[in-house]
Amino acid sequence: MENERVKHAKEFLKLLSGHHGVSGYESLIAPLVIQEFQSSAEEVKTDRFGNIYALKKGETGRYKIMLAAHMDEIGLMVKKIDPRGFLCFTTIGGVDQRTLLSQEVIIHGRQPITGVIGSMPPHLVQGDGEDGNEAVKIEDMGIDVGLTHEEIQKVIQVGDIITFKRSPLELLGGLIAGKSLDDRAGVVVMQICLQELHRLYHAHDVIAVTTTQEEIGLRGALTSAYTLNPDLAIAIDVTHAATPDTMGQVSIELGKGPAIALGPNIHPRVYESLSEAAQNARIPFQIEPIAGMTGTDAWAIQVAQAGVPTGLLSIPLRYMHTSVETIDMQDVINSGLLLAHFIASLPEDLEGSLCY
Amino acid sequence: MLLKKLSELKGTSGAEKAVRDTLREEIAPWVDSISVDKIGNLIATKKGSEPAPEILLTAHMDEVALMITEITPDGFLKFRSVGLIDPRILVSKPVQISGINGVIGAKAIHLQKPKERQHALKLEQLYIDIGAKSQEEANKHVKLGDYAYFMTKFESLGSGFFKGKAFDDRVGCYIITEILKKNFNLALVAAFTVQEEVGLRGAKVAAYHLKPDFALVLEGTISADMAHLEEEDWVTELGKGPAISIQDRTTLYNPQLIRQVVNLAKEKGIPFQFRRDSRGDNDAGKIHSSREGIPTLSISVPCRYIHSSVSLVKQEDIDHTIQLVEEILQAIPDHFKF
Amino acid sequence: MSNAQNLPDYTLLERLSQAYGPSGAEKGISEKIAAVIQPYCDSLTQDKLGNLIAIRKGSGKKIMIATHMDEIGVMITHIDENGFLRFTTVGGVHVAELPHRRVQFQNGRTGIISMEKLDKPSDLKLSRLYLDIGAANQEEAEQIVQIGDSAVFTGELVHSGSRILSKALDNRVGCFVAIEALKRVQTEHELSFAFTVQEEVGLRGAQTAAFALDPDVAIAVDVTLTGDTPKAHPMEVKLGNGVAIKVFDHSMITPPQIKQWMTTTAEKYKIPYQFEVLEFGGTDSGAIHLTKGGIPAGVLSIPTRYVHSPSEMIDSKDVEAAVNLLVALLEGPINL
Repeated sequence: MENERVKHAKEFLKLLSGHHGVSGYESLIAPLVIQEFQSSAEEVKTDRFGNIYALKKGETGRYKIMLAAHMDEIGLMVKKIDPRGFLCFTTIGGVDQRTLLSQEVIIHGRQPITGVIGSMPPHLVQGDGEDGNEAVKIEDMGIDVGLTHEEIQKVIQVGDIITFKRSPLELLGGLIAGKSLDDRAGVVVMQICLQELHRLYHAHDVIAVTTTQEEIGLRGALTSAYTLNPDLAIAIDVTHAATPDTMGQVSIELGKGPAIALGPNIHPRVYESLSEAAQNARIPFQIEPIAGMTGTDAWAIQVAQAGVPTGLLSIPLRYMHTSVETIDMQDVINSGLLLAHFIASLPEDLEGSLCY
Repeated sequence: MLLKKLSELKGTSGAEKAVRDTLREEIAPWVDSISVDKIGNLIATKKGSEPAPEILLTAHMDEVALMITEITPDGFLKFRSVGLIDPRILVSKPVQISGINGVIGAKAIHLQKPKERQHALKLEQLYIDIGAKSQEEANKHVKLGDYAYFMTKFESLGSGFFKGKAFDDRVGCYIITEILKKNFNLALVAAFTVQEEVGLRGAKVAAYHLKPDFALVLEGTISADMAHLEEEDWVTELGKGPAISIQDRTTLYNPQLIRQVVNLAKEKGIPFQFRRDSRGDNDAGKIHSSREGIPTLSISVPCRYIHSSVSLVKQEDIDHTIQLVEEILQAIPDHFKF
Repeated sequence: MSNAQNLPDYTLLERLSQAYGPSGAEKGISEKIAAVIQPYCDSLTQDKLGNLIAIRKGSGKKIMIATHMDEIGVMITHIDENGFLRFTTVGGVHVAELPHRRVQFQNGRTGIISMEKLDKPSDLKLSRLYLDIGAANQEEAEQIVQIGDSAVFTGELVHSGSRILSKALDNRVGCFVAIEALKRVQTEHELSFAFTVQEEVGLRGAQTAAFALDPDVAIAVDVTLTGDTPKAHPMEVKLGNGVAIKVFDHSMITPPQIKQWMTTTAEKYKIPYQFEVLEFGGTDSGAIHLTKGGIPAGVLSIPTRYVHSPSEMIDSKDVEAAVNLLVALLEGPINL
């Protein structure tokens, strides 16, 4: 059973990671999400902003619990086609220019087209001219699609989106590496949670919202939280896990369980309930104090309409916003289980329990 | 397809076995003898109707890669490059080491100060993550000295291009294999050399013991015909035919020989270009200065983004290079003197 | 449709561009627009922030057309004893370009911006600039202007071939396009034209207007930058190449179905258009599309050189294309 669960979750995550959906263009990946949630939810629908709502009804249905994980990914966009056929591009979301050289990409034109972000031969870099200590600027990069300007005009237009071409791969110890695990892993967590809820008693309705446009300003969370106006919300996102170059900056570690956030963005009772639920279900967890903006959907949801008591559950992840983001499947599973146990532990009088 | 097979093989300097074994199998039906010399060069001979002159064709089998030099207590792998690699192209790439996967990540953009993004990441700052939780666990899968290779798939791209890794110089190996399938009056010796990327070391040995009358080096060479560079900096240009070397870091090519190739190409209507930069070098450096001196030419297929995880070549350049080599071999000895 | 009949009335653009209306003090421009559009709408109101809302009733989709009427300027913060004024900026003013610019107050008084003696060019900061309105002393100055008054650039409207230069084409040309469309459009849809305030300081008017109107779809009309001048920042948009359909800016990624709707409409009526990927700034649609549960929104942009200078430059062909496309969008069926 346990292995089946891990296997299925891993397959779903790999499927999502291998597909494409830059902020604003989530319609490419949405059908995969909808199809998957149809197996665990009673009702799946979308809004005109592209957000997907999967409803799992509770026994009483008195209150609405919103879960939110975003499906969009960072990417690039064609901004100009130079006369020799190279594509100039701009970034969508936080892209580090240093991760782009020699990267294979897909331009989503009239049909998907493979391209390469070219790099200078090192023989020329070490000599005069370019300085190898400087990061190459995006203005000095071009995407090579092996087509002439004329041929390009037939298939690519200014404004076409570009994604990274990267198949997910497995590392040792159940780790998965790939692109856009931020935050497709969160979507998988919501699915694990809904599946687990089929085995648990829970009073309230749960609506797992797969949000859009998080990477460019939490925009899908803003609109979906307004639409749903939930009584409690948990955002599920990824958080930085320690690596050799983040010493002193990061204390969350891969494989040590989901991180439960606390701070101004988090309702104190929600933080406490999440921690208690983890302890009661014997699920390992880490504590992540965040002093202000969390940079996640939770930040937008908390102030939607008249305000929403909000929590944040994060999956540790290395190398965020590169094409080799790395995650531990066990953390993903544990996040989903923790969420389900948390929801099952909520009292029928939700409002009362959230009093300050 | 042979070029795809060659491109996707793993074989860096000193570890060319997979490439050597594949080439040996490919050429076996077409040559008279096959041997491997003491440093690992694969040598094949093909008799001609005339015993002399003897023509040497060379291409190197090795590619640039990474070598594991340290396993940290946390189980991360530190590395050095085998051959020239700009560390800036390594960030955010998967690699394969002894059958397991690893990734070269980078600190998340969120954790950087804006200024950090202006500075390139240095080799010493990079490491490979294989998912091991400790040195002990990593040791079970990886040994010091193991090589890490790019995992790039060979595919066609755009109109008439191929993308893949290691075109420098698997494209040369491919061309020689195609030439060996044809028959000429001349006696041919093919040397698929080792360790070019770390100092033209295989070629030095091969030239010494083979003592050819004339050597032709087939390479995949620099093309910098990129978006942000002006025409004078391109070195070579894709789609403009084989590039004939005039000068590089270790060889000044004989002008009379070059002129004969140029005339031949013009006469036969084969497009060609010159390699217009003196930086970089190849096996010719050791061959032309071997023993009393060996007349040597280099003819190359232009490759964009050479020495990185993914490079581009154009099919017509490969075809034209094969055609030009054929014409040269046919023109020897009657119309082509050295 | 004959061309002559559809040629816009550029004297109206001149009146709009020369009107006074920095962010927060849009009364002057608002009154001018109200007077022009009164005959063409069923209701005309002003909301609490100062947005001017014109409704044309209909039974179809509810469409909001947003064009901001405010312009950038400077606001007086201090009057010294010699009658010189110190000021702060309103909206995205390029401080380095301010010295020796003329500015004008609502009451018509004109002044010139100059600077203290500077040791080196890098000393040029807002705090070293002052405004001279020709007052002899503090008392005289205070009779003309008050702290908190704003002034705008002067820059007359000039035709230069098919090109037009003027101050405040950002975004009076957007207002002009909307008004020309309002005059011409025949549709079953319900149209809400919002001439918004305070765009230049953060899309504030559009936010409240969209909340109140809650439309099915919104179209903003504004100016955009171009990449067609010597050594410009790379950008595909060119003056004279047609109306720009926005795909991306920092305030919004245009929903693909809106982009599709605008593109197919432009192609159907053979209206010249180009795609716009803008790497700086945003416009009213950025606020509108995040209102309530999300409102599908798009932007028609007029390519403009030298934006936020006293001589912004547009091409009349682009203006006409924008009017034609806006009318076509408002008249056609909408299936999003």
